[in-house]
Amino acid sequence: MEQYEPDSLSAAQLAAIRRSMTSGRGALSRRSMLRAGGVGALTVGGLASLSACGIPPAKREGQGAASTDDSAKEKTVAFSNWTEYMDVSEDEKSRPTLEAFEKRTGIKVKYTEDINDNVEFFGKIKPQLAAGQDTGRDLICVTDWLAARMIRLGWVQKLDPSNLPHAYTNLSAQFRNPDWDPGRAHSYPWTGISTVIAYNVKATGGKKVDSVTQLLDDPSLKGRVGFLTEMRDTVGMTLLDLGKDPGSFTDADFDAAIGRLQKGVDKKQIRRFTGNDYTSDLDKGDMAACLAWAGDVIQLQADNPDIRYSIPAAGYITSTDNLLVPAQSRHRTNAEKLIDHYYELPVAAQLAAYINYVCPVDGVKDELTKIDPELADNTLILPDKAMAKKSRAFRSLTGAEETAYEEKFAKLIGA
Amino acid sequence: MSAPVLTKEAPEPVEEPVLRKPATRKRLVPYWLLLPGIVWLLVFFALPLVYQASTSVQTGSLEAGFEVTWHFPTYWEALQEYWPQFVRSLLYAGTATVLCLLLGYPLAYLIAFRAGRWRNLLLVLVIAPFFTSFLIRTLAWKTILADDSLVVDALNALHVLDVTSWLGWTEGDRVLATPMAVVCGLTYNFLPFMILPLYTSLERIDGRLHEAAQDLYASPATTFRKVTFPLSMPGVVSGTLLTFIPASGDYVNSELLGSTDTKMVGNVIQSQFLRVLDYPTAAALSFILMAIVLVMVTVYIRRAGTEDLV
Repeated sequence: MEQYEPDSLSAAQLAAIRRSMTSGRGALSRRSMLRAGGVGALTVGGLASLSACGIPPAKREGQGAASTDDSAKEKTVAFSNWTEYMDVSEDEKSRPTLEAFEKRTGIKVKYTEDINDNVEFFGKIKPQLAAGQDTGRDLICVTDWLAARMIRLGWVQKLDPSNLPHAYTNLSAQFRNPDWDPGRAHSYPWTGISTVIAYNVKATGGKKVDSVTQLLDDPSLKGRVGFLTEMRDTVGMTLLDLGKDPGSFTDADFDAAIGRLQKGVDKKQIRRFTGNDYTSDLDKGDMAACLAWAGDVIQLQADNPDIRYSIPAAGYITSTDNLLVPAQSRHRTNAEKLIDHYYELPVAAQLAAYINYVCPVDGVKDELTKIDPELADNTLILPDKAMAKKSRAFRSLTGAEETAYEEKFAKLIGA
Repeated sequence: MSAPVLTKEAPEPVEEPVLRKPATRKRLVPYWLLLPGIVWLLVFFALPLVYQASTSVQTGSLEAGFEVTWHFPTYWEALQEYWPQFVRSLLYAGTATVLCLLLGYPLAYLIAFRAGRWRNLLLVLVIAPFFTSFLIRTLAWKTILADDSLVVDALNALHVLDVTSWLGWTEGDRVLATPMAVVCGLTYNFLPFMILPLYTSLERIDGRLHEAAQDLYASPATTFRKVTFPLSMPGVVSGTLLTFIPASGDYVNSELLGSTDTKMVGNVIQSQFLRVLDYPTAAALSFILMAIVLVMVTVYIRRAGTEDLV
């Protein structure tokens, strides 16, 4: 320690402070500004060199061009799926239906739960697919609008029906002909997703909530209503409520639905737009009522008896999560075998009993009854005729429409 | 300097080739040591920045591809369209920074001067939240501030929420999905970034300076105003910067704790990039945010570096 000198110290200390301000880490001296200027000049130079290259068109020519298929040589398939979208044994150490597949076919499945969000996943795989490279994934599971976009961009391989006998026979009629993939040439549904209204009776004071109109207008729900950040669910349900068909609406209809929702935002009826996190809000009662995905509702109900759901009289939106084989994947045949495996009735029932989403496989009821009779009677998993009649799909959009609609929707939800 | 002397007296044949030009070697060493850092910065900072700058002046669509057309109006349009989110970001980040300073300073002071043997434990406690993921910590605030939680009930009973609602910070009798929730989340998440630099600069202050101030009949308040606070300025400046800059670009807090009218510019960038697929607008927004923060920080450092100190 230096000797304490009252005279010189304060000046020295001040000088030290000043030095740390002007040449220390927080400093912004003339030199560092000059240096920043140098970086700026470098940036401009780099810019000039980059001006020639933009982002190339995402669309690949030769749609669905199959790459070489090494399935026979390499007995593997890499499957990317959402979290909690696969049955797990009771000790949580194995995945029974996947293991059965491996045992029967000798094909090793590399199963990864790396999909959390459609838009993020698209951002992740886009660079490789746009450049015509292998993503390292042989089978992916994405929601129908993203599947439609990927097929439109030519990023998906065409499937060979001869490898899909069970899938071809057992696929529910409801899912056979989406307008974005007629005859299921490129995709097969993993699950169907019903968008319904869920409410917490404790939070609504015992009141039933069964229409989008009620969500948007009932003053007793003010500030405790949730809609989804998934545009097609929120706008689709509102279109239905306005008496329009989400399968064939016009720009004006879309704007009307956005306007209707905007009113709900403006008068603070809508608390927020959410992704999957609505489940905790609904569970706690912070949200009294909201749009919800049926599979979540079943899981929430198992823990909280106050959670109820309703199917609006105006109808509800059904979307699908679909299995696709990305372009340049080298194990298409193996992937097709895996798809087909999940269309065999006992396997489909086992999966449906575990993940509780709409099962896209016909004739699965008997098998499901064997596992759990209560689940087999649940119309959220196996919709009955009355319910299936109310189900609607959101029509596919062109690239330009998609951008324009997403922009309007982004404005509605505040960003 | 002892090194040159040493080399003159040690003409050992084995190390001869290296030691022949010690001056050159010595001069180059720092650059070699810097090389990994420079390469890292070039590849992961400078290049992406250039790439982003290029993206911001492109036009096109996902399907048709994007081309550099030097379309600068994107910047103006982005600013015109999203200025409320910019203002909000700066306002929330600024408020959170001030709150962090008010909460963090006494704590850093306590740890530096009064904690005694508890000092290390307290420091560990400040850093402890980092052992949990940012997302989980933010989600925890949804439980803390839930509508029928103890905190909100207490605030309601004390009629605090009546005041904050009147000010527009909260909505009715709830805190979640309001500006206050977002600012609380930001404050909480960035508090350690304020406390740690404050602590380091307070800890360096010689305790005898306080004694000297007392000897010269300064009251505790005067001591703080004239001695402690000025000497802790480096900590205050770096703490506020470390809090304000990341907070102004944050989108997690607003996404999870906020509502439609609390969206910050980070949310807009995320949505433009991933949802709308309008990459030029997203890139332009990032650059505008960077420019605004850079200007504000420059002005701030200039002020803090001169007027407050002399």
